[in-house]
Amino acid sequence: MFRRLGSILLLLREKTKVNMEVFEARSRSTLILSILVLLSLSFRSSSSLSSSPSELQILSAERRIDLASHIIRVVLNLKVQNDGESPASNVLLAFPPSQVKHLSLIQASELAGKKKKKSLQPLDVKPSDHADGPNGAKFFSISLRNPLSTGGSVSIEVSYILTQSLEPFPVEISQSEPQLVLYRDGALILSPYAIKQQTTVIRTPTTKVESFTRVEPSTQMRTELKYGPYQDQPPFSYAPILVHFENNNPFAVVEELVREIEISHWGYLQITEHYKLVHNGARHKGGFSRVEYQSRPSISGVSSFKHLLARLPPRVHSVYYRDNIGNISTSHLRTSYSKSELEIEPRYPLLGGWKATFVIGYVLPLQDFLFESDDGKRYLNFSFGCPIAETVVNKITNKVVLPEGSKNPFAVVPFSVERHAETSYSYLDIVGRPVVVLEKENVVPEHNSLFQVYYDFHPMFMLAEPLMLTSVFFFLFVAAVAYLHMDISIRK
Amino acid sequence: MPRLYVLTQTHTLSLSTAKVFSFVNLIDSKSLTKPHTLQVFRPPLMAVPVDTITKPTPASSTSTLRFAFGNVLAFFILLLIGVLAFSIRLFSVIKYESVIHEFDPYFNYRVTQFLTKNGIYDFWNWFDDRTWYPLGRVIGGTVYPGLTLTAGTIWKVLQSLNIPLSVETVCVFTAPVFSAFAAWATYLLTKEVKGTGAGLTAAVLLAMVPSYISRSVAGSYDNEAVAIFALIFTFYLYIKTLNTGSLFYATLNSISYFYMVCSWGGYTFIINLIPMHVLLCIVTGRYSSRLYIAYAPLVVLGTLLAALVPVVGFNAVMTSEHFASFLVFIVIHVVALAYYIKGILSPKMFKVAATLVVSVGLVVCCAVVAVLVAVVASSPTKGWSGRSLSLLDPTYASKYIPIIASVSEHQPPTWPSYFMDINVLAFLVPAGIIACFSPLSDASAFVILYLVMSVYFSGVMVRLMLVLAPAACIMSGIALSEAFDVFTRSIKFYISSLSESLQTDAGDIVSGNSASPQNDAIKTDKREDSLKERPSRKNKKKDKEIVEKPSVKSKIEKRPLVLPVEASFFALFLTVLLGAFYVVHSVWAAAEAYSAPSIVLTSHSHDGLHVFDDFREAYAWLSHNTEVDDKVASWWDYGYQTTAMANRTVIVDNNTWNNTHIATVGTAMSSPEKAAWEIFNSLDVKYVLVVFGGLVGYPSDDINKFLWMVRIGGGVFPHIKEPDYLRDGQYRIDSQATPTMLNSLMYKLSYFRFVETDGGKGYDRVRRTEIGKKYFKLTHFEEVFTTHHWMVRIYKLKPQKNRIRGKTKKSRSKSSSATPTSGTKKNPWH
Repeated sequence: MFRRLGSILLLLREKTKVNMEVFEARSRSTLILSILVLLSLSFRSSSSLSSSPSELQILSAERRIDLASHIIRVVLNLKVQNDGESPASNVLLAFPPSQVKHLSLIQASELAGKKKKKSLQPLDVKPSDHADGPNGAKFFSISLRNPLSTGGSVSIEVSYILTQSLEPFPVEISQSEPQLVLYRDGALILSPYAIKQQTTVIRTPTTKVESFTRVEPSTQMRTELKYGPYQDQPPFSYAPILVHFENNNPFAVVEELVREIEISHWGYLQITEHYKLVHNGARHKGGFSRVEYQSRPSISGVSSFKHLLARLPPRVHSVYYRDNIGNISTSHLRTSYSKSELEIEPRYPLLGGWKATFVIGYVLPLQDFLFESDDGKRYLNFSFGCPIAETVVNKITNKVVLPEGSKNPFAVVPFSVERHAETSYSYLDIVGRPVVVLEKENVVPEHNSLFQVYYDFHPMFMLAEPLMLTSVFFFLFVAAVAYLHMDISIRK
Repeated sequence: MPRLYVLTQTHTLSLSTAKVFSFVNLIDSKSLTKPHTLQVFRPPLMAVPVDTITKPTPASSTSTLRFAFGNVLAFFILLLIGVLAFSIRLFSVIKYESVIHEFDPYFNYRVTQFLTKNGIYDFWNWFDDRTWYPLGRVIGGTVYPGLTLTAGTIWKVLQSLNIPLSVETVCVFTAPVFSAFAAWATYLLTKEVKGTGAGLTAAVLLAMVPSYISRSVAGSYDNEAVAIFALIFTFYLYIKTLNTGSLFYATLNSISYFYMVCSWGGYTFIINLIPMHVLLCIVTGRYSSRLYIAYAPLVVLGTLLAALVPVVGFNAVMTSEHFASFLVFIVIHVVALAYYIKGILSPKMFKVAATLVVSVGLVVCCAVVAVLVAVVASSPTKGWSGRSLSLLDPTYASKYIPIIASVSEHQPPTWPSYFMDINVLAFLVPAGIIACFSPLSDASAFVILYLVMSVYFSGVMVRLMLVLAPAACIMSGIALSEAFDVFTRSIKFYISSLSESLQTDAGDIVSGNSASPQNDAIKTDKREDSLKERPSRKNKKKDKEIVEKPSVKSKIEKRPLVLPVEASFFALFLTVLLGAFYVVHSVWAAAEAYSAPSIVLTSHSHDGLHVFDDFREAYAWLSHNTEVDDKVASWWDYGYQTTAMANRTVIVDNNTWNNTHIATVGTAMSSPEKAAWEIFNSLDVKYVLVVFGGLVGYPSDDINKFLWMVRIGGGVFPHIKEPDYLRDGQYRIDSQATPTMLNSLMYKLSYFRFVETDGGKGYDRVRRTEIGKKYFKLTHFEEVFTTHHWMVRIYKLKPQKNRIRGKTKKSRSKSSSATPTSGTKKNPWH
């Protein structure tokens, strides 16, 4: 029975996606709701099937969803209690499959101590190998620091980030229209455990909310939508909601970012970043009128963006900003002791769906980033993600080009990445430079943490190329001298 | 100096027998005048007399050392000249950026990119379907491949050395590198004509001649950049062969000619100039076996090699541009035969034979000429290409080919442009010509001929000023070098005579003094000096020939023309001043006049530097936000840039090979909106790009070029008439403009919603007037992009509207955004 209902639910959800008239027609949405209530009843009956996690229960849960930009940041506070007989070491989190796809980062920490001396202890979160839940819900498992004894409780703060989950509706807008987006989620927190009490707060960027699904009790307070509190929800309860609101923040998405970090032991670090940028909001339709764009910026092309801000490390120099047809003259660099800010403007304002490619390059002093570890290895300590603020990177490739002659490179990255090795050749290389390639998809600014690349390097290799050049010229001159002193004419 | 001519002769003789490459020998044989000439010119930027002239005449034992020293010095001067030639062209990179300039270089850059990506065989077979839509263009067969292959090879070599320079960087710096080569080639050529001193002077002049700088600044990646080097180098090898009679150089000459053919259509200049010189030599009785060696292999090998280049192919034997060389080829053989027969027969027998041969030969010649004339006359243009014809008849293009006449660089130059482009060289050239006549050798006759021809050509087309520049540099180099010779020698003589008078050798002083009164009337003006001293030197040479032969070596110093020492110093100072003026002008020209890449514009105002980067903004927009196969229509000026920077298919481009196609676009631009839409739609055009300068005052925009569109369009489609666009013969866009003008597509696309920018006035900053028609709507086009300063505006052709019978206008406008399902159906009542 559950499976059948589930498929109906899926069908209906598909329908809401495809045919938005369903959304607008009140009567039909009530139909959905009634089915959903049925469904939640079925969840209750099926929850006994997945027996082991139900030992735990969540006493209170509070979820705050921040929809201010196009990166959705969710903070989930859980208070978990162990009702079972055996101590529990893991807590499972459940996500609907549509969210798992867009889940960029998930972190959890344990709240320890009393109110005044609250401290956060980071916990390990990884995808659970647990069988999928109903409707293909995926699990993530949080490993607790100490197994939770029977009757004990623990407070966990989970924060996760969703990307590309705001769906523009209407899909195409003209220059004078604001950008409206849809956000889908559940009013109830999806969880394999029963939740005694829960609330969900959704923060929207402006007060302009076209509509939102009401699941009583739900209220709107200026820029906040509050769902709940709901009492005593069984495991896998689900109540889909849809929020339709105005969001004119730049939907800057870097489709592909390739960063080359080249280490030179002559004292600098050369970084080259290749961007493929796209405005991922509602697509622009119709003509683009420059006169309107310039004379009425507040109502014309409000969802477009002109500037991007890149935060670069301090002491950056030799910055350039160009694309494949030359320099882009609209950029400003502000440097200070603690940070450098590069404000870049693409060649043209990006309206919905418009794309741009460009390259940013800069040079950093080596001593800020290259260190020697205790065992004699050298390591590079550098930030992983995209330096541009509030952007999502669909695919990032970090290429660390080590100097020629370095050996045994390996990278230490705080999150899972795909890695492989390459060899690159530049400026008179003979054996080539080892390259450590680190790839990751769906990267958000929160991924801008440091990673390390360790390698062995003998300083003698620094002299290889100068010596090579010197010897080439030396032999050239020797050959010239020899030629001048030889008589190679045929006729004597 | 007096011995120079004699010595040149001996050294050429010695060269033909001894090692050819020995640089030392050359210097050894010319010796006397050289060391101080070198030192005078040591700093490449400014000529300053150095006190080494005070040195006493070198004894023969120390002279070898000094020549070796001069050798090394000459080498370093040449090196510095190369550095100068390269670095003076970097203003564009420093002031702007390392980017390809203008229009044609973008095409060359695109071809080079293709070459480096796909290899040489794909390059030869490249059919470019992104231009001249729907015709396409066979790039491999219609492009001069020299420049592309050169840059491609450089890139390959660098790549194989693992030096990761991009193709763009290589292309940007190809021109400056080749101008250094051109300066060195000039040195070699002038050295063959007048010695090392003149060579170095000419090289330094060429390194910074503004005319050549204008074509070879970093980023100006055009054929001319390498072609000028090839031109000079070919001439050098020709002269070298002429001087040595070496078949080795003759072969090199053919190869160099081949490189020139690969590089530029201007190779016809070589293949006509050299035969003219040969003919001149024969006519003036200067025929020699060296002349034969210099010419015959060039024609045979050169023509064969030229025919290998796809763009030339059989043109190398079939077009009139090449016939002069074949004719002279026949003539030189006849002459060679005559000389041979003359050698083996007695004079009397020879006379008999000559009359016989001449009578038979005349008949044969007449027959051949008749056939040739018939062949030539059968072709409509008499076998000449349009550009060549407009050279022979400067009014030809403006009468018959508006597309050639419409290009600004095909206009005749104005006098100021001569001063701008060759500056003081224009005044030094006559002095150089006179220096070349004393004495006249084969080589100097060639240089004079080259100068005369190039002066004529530069007078026809401003673009060919480029060919004049090397000739002017060589001439001026010779003139300056001779002038310096005279001045420094007289100073030196004065000093040595001083010391000798102390040794009470009275007789020499008398002879020295006898020369100086002759020149009391020396003008302070340097140019007049150089003019004046030459005839007197001639006299002196005659004296020398009569008197000097028995005299001892030490006396040679006293024989030549000597000026009063004060006049010499003063003239020297003025000459240096003149050189300094030239340097200042050249640097100014390189920095200010010729470095703008023209795709980025800058303007200085009270609040700082403004950058107008609209062209690239538009091209970048096109390349990222339109479909890859969309066709973009614009006037042909922007064709190369659109294909190279935006990677979109264009209808016409700067190649201008198909006049009808260009006329079609011109007609569309001149037509009213609906007719234009139909033309563009039939060409599958999706976007129309216009350049508009009215908002920021950019004068070379499409409205200013519009009359050419009308003319070229009207040339093919007679319903477009130029007078319809003119009010009383005046071209205007204000309220007095004709309705045809105000309804033309170009007007509408340029001024669409322009009036809203300045609150209802619509003031055009280029035409300095209010526009005629201010408020109008576009029905068949839709503005899709306009750049920040409105310099480029891109419109999209609206899809054909649905015609639904019985619906009101309102519903139709609504359906225009819907899919045009029945759009292809024609309404019979339309």
